[in-house]
Amino acid sequence: MEPFTFFVILFGSSVVAGALGALLGLGGGVIIVPVLTLMAGLNIHYAIGASIVSVIATSSGAAATYVKDKITNLRLGMFLEMATTTGAVVGAWVAGVLPGRALSVVFGLVLAHAAWTMYRSREEDVPTGVKGSALATRLRLHGAYYDPALDRKVDYQITGVPQGFGMMWIAGLISGLLGIGSGVFKVIAMDTMMRAPIKVSTTTSNFMIGVTAAASAGIYFLRGDIHPFIAAPVVLGILAGTMAGTHLLLRLRGAAIRKVFLVVLVIIALQMVWRGIAGTVR
Amino acid sequence: MSQEKTGSMPDDMEPLTRMELMISYALRVGVLLSAAVILVGILWFALTQNTGYSPVLPHHLRDILTFHQTSGPGFFPTALPAVLRGAMARKPYAIIGLGMLLLILTPVVRVALSVLFFLVQRDRLYVGFTLFVLAVLIFSLFSGIG
Repeated sequence: MEPFTFFVILFGSSVVAGALGALLGLGGGVIIVPVLTLMAGLNIHYAIGASIVSVIATSSGAAATYVKDKITNLRLGMFLEMATTTGAVVGAWVAGVLPGRALSVVFGLVLAHAAWTMYRSREEDVPTGVKGSALATRLRLHGAYYDPALDRKVDYQITGVPQGFGMMWIAGLISGLLGIGSGVFKVIAMDTMMRAPIKVSTTTSNFMIGVTAAASAGIYFLRGDIHPFIAAPVVLGILAGTMAGTHLLLRLRGAAIRKVFLVVLVIIALQMVWRGIAGTVR
Repeated sequence: MSQEKTGSMPDDMEPLTRMELMISYALRVGVLLSAAVILVGILWFALTQNTGYSPVLPHHLRDILTFHQTSGPGFFPTALPAVLRGAMARKPYAIIGLGMLLLILTPVVRVALSVLFFLVQRDRLYVGFTLFVLAVLIFSLFSGIG
């Protein structure tokens, strides 16, 4: 294949991955990595390196939106970034030691889990009767926001700080290891363990993703995993695709086609597990 | 943004939000700037048909697809000084690399600015937390681990 043709194909697939990622609420990185490794036959280390910089681009580009809506809990985000960044550094280091096959298996399992979580995404409810922990009070993590759907101000309290912090470290580890935003794990930490309302968890998670990704991207860059020929079209493609996909998101929310995509994604994820075990990925 | 809606938030929430909003817009500028530099690198690459580093196309494509070890110093720069030197010499791969580094630095700048506004809030605890995150980010950029 002509290098130029390959370059254009990389760009095109990244636009689609970005749009689809925004549509499914998963992010473009998690989709482009299987595309690059399974379809283009690229070394998974390069796929992950290209993905991690795309994650920075999409999350930082959207950061203003997350602050403007005033749902993001800035203190909670900054506090938990101590966990995600240290986890990400460890993850990026481990990724350099692990063979591509092992990365493929772990990636497949994480992607399957994330797609499945989005598939059975539940109602956006507000937890009631949560008694904030003393530690959360001392860290001033409790907050409030105005919910337009409920037309009232929602006050919430935070609990489970150590557990949430630990889970965030794991979320950072996964982000650094696989070059993805790992938003699903960040949301689990804040929503399930720290009992923040789902809206707060989601927006604060999005807010944190760029900083977490930067912690591992530096290591990937120095290691030579961010290949100019691959990362350049992928970053620009995913950035363009995500911008387009965010507009589509509002129209397709809850639509049946979204569920179909997610089921397809689970199948692709299992393919990555299988190819890793069979040893046919680089 | 009426005061009513945010009434029982901590008192410092309003200026905090405004500053953070400004920082977020700065982030967007950072992303667009990085994307522009990457685009310049791509166009220059397409125009010159040369990466600026050996080996030249098209053998390179096969190398990319087959090996991972192609990423040695001869193929594209992976450290800040080499990227800067290459970009000055207008090497396409170095210009793309520069765009990538700008992109990676964008969240680092955000965290650095966050230190400032927690300082303005006189929130020593969160100044400490933010400095810690900043230290981790700087460590990852310069440690050379992995």
